[in-house]
Amino acid sequence: MNPDSFAFIFLQACLINNFVLSMFLGICPFLGVSGKFQTASRMGLAVIFVMLVSSTCAFWINELLEMLDAEYLRLICYIAVIASAVQLVEMFIKKFSPALFKALGIFLPLITTNCAILGLALFQTQRAYNFVQCLAFALGAGVGFTIALVIMAGLREELDLADVPSVVKGAALTLVLAGILSLAFMGFAGIGT
Amino acid sequence: MNAEAKAVPAGHIEAPSSLRMIATLGLVAMSSGFLIVSVYQLTKERIAHNERRALEKAIFEVLPDAVDRASFAVEENGFRRLEADEPFVETVYAGYGDNGALVGVAIEAKGQGYQDVIRVLYGYSPSKQCLTGMKVLQCTDTPGLGDRIREPEFRANFEGLDVRLTEDGARLLHEIETVKGGGKAKAGSTDGVSQATPDWRIDGVSGATISSRAVGDMVNASAQRMLPLIVAHLDQLKAKT
Amino acid sequence: MAEKNLPESLDTFVKGLWRENPVFVMLLGMCPVLAVSNTVKNCIAMGLCASFVLIMSSTLVSLFRKHIPKQVRIATFIIIIATFVTIVDYVLKAISKELSDALGAFVPLIVVNCIILGRAEAYASKHNVVKSFIDAVGMGVGFTFALLCLGVVRETLGMGTIWGIPVFGANFERWSILVTAPGGFFTLGAWLLVFSWVRERGRTKAKGGAA
Repeated sequence: MNPDSFAFIFLQACLINNFVLSMFLGICPFLGVSGKFQTASRMGLAVIFVMLVSSTCAFWINELLEMLDAEYLRLICYIAVIASAVQLVEMFIKKFSPALFKALGIFLPLITTNCAILGLALFQTQRAYNFVQCLAFALGAGVGFTIALVIMAGLREELDLADVPSVVKGAALTLVLAGILSLAFMGFAGIGT
Repeated sequence: MNAEAKAVPAGHIEAPSSLRMIATLGLVAMSSGFLIVSVYQLTKERIAHNERRALEKAIFEVLPDAVDRASFAVEENGFRRLEADEPFVETVYAGYGDNGALVGVAIEAKGQGYQDVIRVLYGYSPSKQCLTGMKVLQCTDTPGLGDRIREPEFRANFEGLDVRLTEDGARLLHEIETVKGGGKAKAGSTDGVSQATPDWRIDGVSGATISSRAVGDMVNASAQRMLPLIVAHLDQLKAKT
Repeated sequence: MAEKNLPESLDTFVKGLWRENPVFVMLLGMCPVLAVSNTVKNCIAMGLCASFVLIMSSTLVSLFRKHIPKQVRIATFIIIIATFVTIVDYVLKAISKELSDALGAFVPLIVVNCIILGRAEAYASKHNVVKSFIDAVGMGVGFTFALLCLGVVRETLGMGTIWGIPVFGANFERWSILVTAPGGFFTLGAWLLVFSWVRERGRTKAKGGAA
């Protein structure tokens, strides 16, 4: 498979190099919001949305900064513009689609300055993707994040019913579970070669 | 301490004017810009120096006879000398020996590995019509398995690898092939090619089958395209300055 | 004054290192902890970078805390943090290319490390400069300590080396899994288990002592 194609970049970001399970980006929301299946799937949708917005922003900022020869301002600009763009979109949704806002709203501020979002912007710059590739990358990363989050939430819902020693309860168990999931995701490596 | 603790909330009872907010943000942003630019200016030279040294180290590793090098941009019909280290989409590095003569060309190749993209640099000697070395620049394949393509045993495959061109100089006489670990010697004995004669096959590392095949394939693809170009425009690369 | 301050500042420092350790107790800043803790060298470098940013931004935030309008404080904090992260990024690149390549995107990602913004918001914007400085140092050391806890385990077992020096001899079969992604999760999970076990034991002991 051509490594520069839309489909491959999507697959790569979604499964092979899953943001959470193999690149350790966005661990905080992954541990924090994976308790309930419903919340996790909504959070996932919000992340896909924010990733698409920020990837688009980051791409054009980078073009602008390269034109001005001011690459050293990249980090500050990414942070500032992504945060403001998401806020703007949030206000927009609130006004025009209260139902959607109700579903995603509370998660948006949580994820705007999250390492998965900034990591996405930094990686797409590092790999010099063009605009279409950026969108594929953002979509793949978002879907991958959602998959990981939803699987984790499903597992944890079941675990609530299990009889677990009190020492193991909480973060330790979640991390070991994440490790096993990550091990399973390693099996996706090698697709497309 | 007490006075301070009281002063902080007291100051926030009235909302500050938006002018003050803008002024604060503007001031912070300006001083931050000033700091960043000065650090950037101070470290720029040193960073460029580090990058150059790392690049040169890799080039001299794959071109063992070279002591000096120059960068060339790959263009539609040949090569153009690049001043300093201006970045270009596709660059090759010509290596020169003690007497200033061209000893080889270092070329970068990349392709999909097991986990992520693998990037390698390989050296080509136009006079001997063989490769002179290979170095892995980037590889995130499984530690202990896939990343064994960094080990000297695998890299030795590329030293003296046969890349003769066809009569018309349009492509490689033999495609670079990756065979199963140890398969090179076995195949050699059956079809009459002994180990000593030039070989166009690479011994894959067992446990790193996919990664070694990926490296073989990416070097093959790159060599198929670049080597005819280099042979056709060799005099453009000979000029060091 | 000094006599009175000493135990208190020591307490502020120890709090960050142990009782409120940012990683093991507050579960903050997990991303870099998992991602770059595969070798001891990376851990030290990451710990130093993050600590520098933490100390500088906490000190500055505390210094100007009375001049920053409340409404724009988060934006101001982020600009301050991003500035120092950019500086660290360039300085690290200038010091060693290998090191900055190994840490990769995780140096710029210090910007979104929750520990730093968390300390600026929760501590530095409410306390004086000296206290904020000590708090930041304590948190920085605590973060580095947590990184090292993981790094030592992952490097010795995963590669059979410490700081690149072989410790087990040539016949050691490397536990490669520990330097890969799942190994990071497992090691951190194991450490959290150890910490919660120690705490649990302390609690039962205290209860037993009381009875």
